[in-house]
Amino acid sequence: MRLSADASAAGPAGRAAPQAPAEPAAGAAAAPAGQERPLAAAWSVLEGVLDPEVPALSVCDLGIVREIRPGAGGAGLEVVLTPTYSGCPATELIADNVRRALEAAGFAPVRVRLQLAPAWTTDWISAAGREKLRRYGIAPPGACADTQPIHLVVRGVACPRCDSARTERLSAFGSTACKALYRCLDCREPFEYFKPI
Amino acid sequence: MTSIALKPSAHVRYVLRLADTCLIHAQRLAEWCGHGPVLEEDIALTNLSLDLLGQARALLSHAAQLDGQGFDEDQLAFLRDEPAYLNLTLVEQPMRRSSAHAPGGDFADTIVRNLLVATWLRLHWQQLLGSRDAGLAAIAGKALKEARYHVEHAADWTVRLGDGTDESARRMTAALARAWPYVGEMFADDALDDAAQAEGLGPRRSALREAWRREIDAVLGAAQLAAPPDSPYLSTGSRGVHSEHMGFILAEMQHLQRAYPGGRW
Repeated sequence: MRLSADASAAGPAGRAAPQAPAEPAAGAAAAPAGQERPLAAAWSVLEGVLDPEVPALSVCDLGIVREIRPGAGGAGLEVVLTPTYSGCPATELIADNVRRALEAAGFAPVRVRLQLAPAWTTDWISAAGREKLRRYGIAPPGACADTQPIHLVVRGVACPRCDSARTERLSAFGSTACKALYRCLDCREPFEYFKPI
Repeated sequence: MTSIALKPSAHVRYVLRLADTCLIHAQRLAEWCGHGPVLEEDIALTNLSLDLLGQARALLSHAAQLDGQGFDEDQLAFLRDEPAYLNLTLVEQPMRRSSAHAPGGDFADTIVRNLLVATWLRLHWQQLLGSRDAGLAAIAGKALKEARYHVEHAADWTVRLGDGTDESARRMTAALARAWPYVGEMFADDALDDAAQAEGLGPRRSALREAWRREIDAVLGAAQLAAPPDSPYLSTGSRGVHSEHMGFILAEMQHLQRAYPGGRW
C-alpha cells in the first residue's frame, strides 16, 4: 500500500473497502464542540453529504470517504477523501461540502486531505449505493474487467427502468467523466451507465 | 507576469515530460469542444481531455513539490517559457484545421494520435506503478484506470475507420503517415531516461517500444491498416526544443495568467 501523492498526507493509506458507520450515532451530535466525539457521528453526517454530480448518492455510498480520524492534537477532525477521476471537476466542491457539513455539525476545525492511493474503484460503491443509482435511473457499474484493446462495449447492462438486458451503448462517454450513455432496445429509453473503473 | 524557472533536477524533468505531454494533449483535444463531428464524440473528446488535464494537474503539483520553491500546478502550467515544456512533439501538432495551409486537421489525425499517445501513456502508467517515487506511483495508479477507456475509444474508432469505407481508410492511412515521423521521439532515450531507470523512478522510453509496437500493430491489423516505415527523424519536444506550433498553443493557454497575473474565478 502506497502513501498519498499529497506529500502532506503521511498518514496510513486508505482501507480496501469503504467504512460505514460502526453504530448509530444517537445523541452524539449533542456533545459540545471542540471535544473528541464518536467518529460514528461524523460518518452519519457524511451520509447526508451528496455527490453534486450524482445527487442520488452520498459521499459514503460512493466510497470516496476513506477515513475519518481525530484532528491534530485531538481537536476537530481530519477526513481523508479520494477523488473518483483525476479530472473530476467536483472534487474541490465535494471536499468543501464535507468540511462545511462537519463544521456545521460542531466538529470544527475540519481538515480534508485528498489521497490518491489506493486508487478509487467503482467496486467501492456500496450495495445500498448501487440500488440508489438504479432507482435514480443510472445503471450501476459492473465489476472491473481486465483490459482488452478493442471492442470493449459492455454487454448485458440492464436497463434501470424496465430491467431489460437488451440494451446498447451509444457512447463510452457521457455527461460526466464517470458515466457512459446507453439505450434500452425494449422500452426505448436512453439511460446512463456508471462505468466500472 | 514574469516567467518562473524550476531548479535543474532530472527527477523533476522526468515528471514534467509526462505532465506536459498530458497537458498539451489535453489542450489540443479541448479544441474539439463544440466542434465534434457528432454530439457523442464532442463529449467523448472533451472527456478524454478532462482526464488528461486531471493527470497533468496531479503531475504538475507533484513536480512543484519536488522542486520545492513553493510553486503550484497553475504556475507550472501557465508561467513557464516554451523551452521549459518537455512534452512530446506529436501532441503539439495541430489537431483541427485552423487554415487551409495547416497540415492534418482531419478527424483521422485525432484518432491516430489518440491511439499512439494513449497506448504510450498507458504503458508508462503500468511501469510507474512500481516507481520508487510513491507520489508518482499513486498518480499512475489512478491514470492507468482512465487510460484504459482512452485506448478503447481510439482503438474502436481506428477499426471503424480503417476497416470502413475506401475514403475513411484513405484518410486514416494519410493520418498515420503524418503522425509517424514523430514516433521516433517516443522511444528515444537520453540521459534523463538512463537516470530514471537507474534510480528506480520509471522506465526508460526505449523499454516500452516493443510492447507499444505489439499493441499498435494488433489494432492496425484489425483495422486493415499498416504502420508506415519508421523515419530516421527525431523530434525534440521532450528536450524542450519544440515545433513552430508550440508558441501558439502557449499563447492561447497562458494569455489570461500573463495578462491578469494571479487572476482567479
